[in-house]
Amino acid sequence: MATHVETAREVGSAPVKRRTALVLAEFTTTAAVVHAAEKVRDAGYTKWDTHTPFPIHGMDRAMGLKDSKLGWIVIACALTGLTGAFTMMYWMNGVDYRLVIGGKPPETIPSMVPVMFELTILLSAFGAVLGMFGLNKLPRHNHPVFESDRFRSFSDDKFFLSIEAEDPKFNVSKCKALLESAHASFIEVIEEEE
Amino acid sequence: MAYFEPIRDIGEAPLVRPGSTFHDVTEDISRVSENRAPRGWWIAFLLASSFAGIFVLCVGYLFYRGIGVWGNSSPVYWAWDITNFVWWVGIGHAGTLISAVLFIFRQKWRTAINRFSEAMTLFAVICALIYPSIHVGRPWLLYWVFPIPNQMSIWPNFKSPLLWDVFAVSTYFTVSLLFWFVGLIPDLATLRDRAVGSVRRRVYGALALGWRGSNRHWQNYERAYLILAAISTPLVLSVHSVVSFDFATSVIPGWHTTIFPPYFVAGAVFSGFAMVMTVLLIARTVFKLQRVVLMRHLELMNKIMLTTGMLVGYAYAMEFFIAWYSGDQFERYVFLNRAFGPYAWAYWTMITCNVLSPQVFWFKKLRTNIPLMFVISIIINIGMWFERFVIIVTSLHRDFIPSSWGMFTPTIIDVGTFAGTIGVFFTLFLLFMRWLPMVAMSEVKGVMAQADPHHAHEAGAAHVPESDEEAAADRAIARADEEDEEDDGGLAPEGA
Repeated sequence: MATHVETAREVGSAPVKRRTALVLAEFTTTAAVVHAAEKVRDAGYTKWDTHTPFPIHGMDRAMGLKDSKLGWIVIACALTGLTGAFTMMYWMNGVDYRLVIGGKPPETIPSMVPVMFELTILLSAFGAVLGMFGLNKLPRHNHPVFESDRFRSFSDDKFFLSIEAEDPKFNVSKCKALLESAHASFIEVIEEEE
Repeated sequence: MAYFEPIRDIGEAPLVRPGSTFHDVTEDISRVSENRAPRGWWIAFLLASSFAGIFVLCVGYLFYRGIGVWGNSSPVYWAWDITNFVWWVGIGHAGTLISAVLFIFRQKWRTAINRFSEAMTLFAVICALIYPSIHVGRPWLLYWVFPIPNQMSIWPNFKSPLLWDVFAVSTYFTVSLLFWFVGLIPDLATLRDRAVGSVRRRVYGALALGWRGSNRHWQNYERAYLILAAISTPLVLSVHSVVSFDFATSVIPGWHTTIFPPYFVAGAVFSGFAMVMTVLLIARTVFKLQRVVLMRHLELMNKIMLTTGMLVGYAYAMEFFIAWYSGDQFERYVFLNRAFGPYAWAYWTMITCNVLSPQVFWFKKLRTNIPLMFVISIIINIGMWFERFVIIVTSLHRDFIPSSWGMFTPTIIDVGTFAGTIGVFFTLFLLFMRWLPMVAMSEVKGVMAQADPHHAHEAGAAHVPESDEEAAADRAIARADEEDEEDDGGLAPEGA
C-alpha cells in the first residue's frame, strides 16, 4: 500500500489531481493523544479519529463517542438462533418426519435445549464479528491515512490523530494550529487522488 | 499478598518486564515471524510433520480396510478413538478459559498467553473432530449428522447426545476461530506495517482487513471482544458437558452418573493448562520470549493446575463414594473393577499422574522450577489421557453377563493414529508460531504501565539486562510495585 503510493508520488508529475484528505498529527504518549482528542472534541470537529496500537482507557469519552450499538445486533442474532433452532427441531422431528425415540414424544422440549443453546451462541458469535466489521466498515484496504509513511508506526508505538477534510469546520491552518497547541510531535497534511 | 486484596494484586503488578517499551514488545513478538526460523524450529517441524505423515497413512489404511484395523471389538466398541476425541476436546478448553473466562474476570496476566492458548484450542479441536469423523465407519456418509435432506428423507434424531455433540463441538470450533481471528486483526496490522517484502505485505495486509487502529473501530472491537468472551464462557462449559452426556445419558454402570458434566469440565481445564504449559515452555525457550512470558505467568498457571487437579481428585473420590452409596451392585462392581481389576494399572497411573503429581506445586520453589513444571505438564497430559481410557474401556470391557467379558488390545494402527494426531497438532502449532504473532501484542501493550494515560511514565529508565533474567525481573517487579503505590494516590477519578 504505502510503497504503491510512493511510486505514485514519484511519478507525480503525471497529471493526477490531488486534494487534501486529512491532517495527521503524531503523538508519543497516550496522555498526549488523549488530551489532544479532548481539545479537538471541544473545538467542535465531527469527522476525525485517533489511531492507536491498542485501545486507550478514557479515549471514548475524550472523543465524545456514544456507546457501541453492537449489543443490539448480537441480541437479535441470539434470538434468531434460539427460535430458529427450536423451530427447526420441532418441525423436523415433530412435524415433517415424526421420530419416536425411547418412547418419548417426538417434539419434546428438554432434549432440544443443548442444540438451542449451541445455535444461540453460534449466531451470536457471527453477529458479534460480522456486526463489528459492518459497523466499522471493514475490510477497507484503501484509506488516506495509509498514504503517510510515518503512519505505519501506529501499529507499533506511536499515536495518531487525524482530522478529515470532509469535516464542515475543516481548515488546514486552523487544524495545524490546534494540533500544534496540543503538543503533537509531528504534523503532516495528507493528500489523496481526486 | 494481603488478605484484603486477593485478586487485585495478581492483575495490578507489572505484567511485562519493567523497563520494556511498546516497541520492545512489537520487536520481540514480530521478529519471530520475520527472522529465519531457528534450527530448533526446523527439527521440531520435521519431527512433527513426520508424525502427521504417519497419521495420513493410518487414516488412509483405515478408510481402505474399515474400522476392523483398530482394536475395537465386542464388548469394547468405543476405545482409543473416543478416548482421543475426549482428550483433545479437553485440551482445547484451557484456551477458551484463558481467553474468555480470565478476560471476564479481568485477569490481565492472560495477555501473555491468550493468543497462544487460543491457537492451541483451535488445533486441539481440529484433532478432536477427526476422531468422531473417522470413527463412523463410512465417513462419506458423515453428512447424515447435519440437518440437511438426505437420501432416506429422514432428519437427524435431535434426542441423541451424539448429535448434540456435533452441534457443540462444531459451534465451539467456529466460535474459537472467530474469537482468535478478531484478536489477531490488530497484530496482523502490525506485521503488515513492518513487512519488507511485497508478498508479506499483501498477505498480512489482506488478513488485517485494512485495520487502522481507529478509536471508533476500537470501540466496536472491544465490545465485540467482550461479547465473544461472554458467550464463549457458557459455551466452553457446555461443550465438555455435552461430551460427557454421550456417556452420562447412557445406562452403562460407570458412565451413568450426574457428576460427569462438572467433572469433565474440570478435567478439561486441567489437561488444557498442562498442554498450554508444555507448548509455551518450548516456545518461550526456542523463541526467547522471557521478556513477555514471565515466571509470574507460569506460576499462576501452575496454581490453576494444582486447583483443577484437586477438583479432579475430588471427582474420582466422589465417584467411588456414590458407587458405594447407590447400593447398585453393578455400579459398585465397575468401580472395584477399575481400581483392582485387570485395568488397575491404568487406574493407578491416572491417580498418580493427575492427583499426586500436581501436589508438588504447593511449594513455591518447585512451581517456579521450569524443568520440573515441564515434566509435570507432560505427566498430567498422560494422566488425563488415562482418565478417559479408564472411563471408557473399564466401563465397557466387562458387560452385564460374564460370557460377554473381554479385554481391549490396541493395534499398531490405533497407536499410529494417536501419535499421528499429536503430529498434526504440533505441525499446525509450529506453523502458527512461525507465521503469526504468538503473543497478543496489542493486548500486552494495553496492560503496560505507560499505556495508562494517567501514568506518569518514568519506568522506561530501568532496563533490565538479559542475563539473570528471573531474579532481576522479580526485583524490578517489587520496585515497580512501590512506584505503583505512590502513583495510586495521584490517580484522577476517571482513570479507572
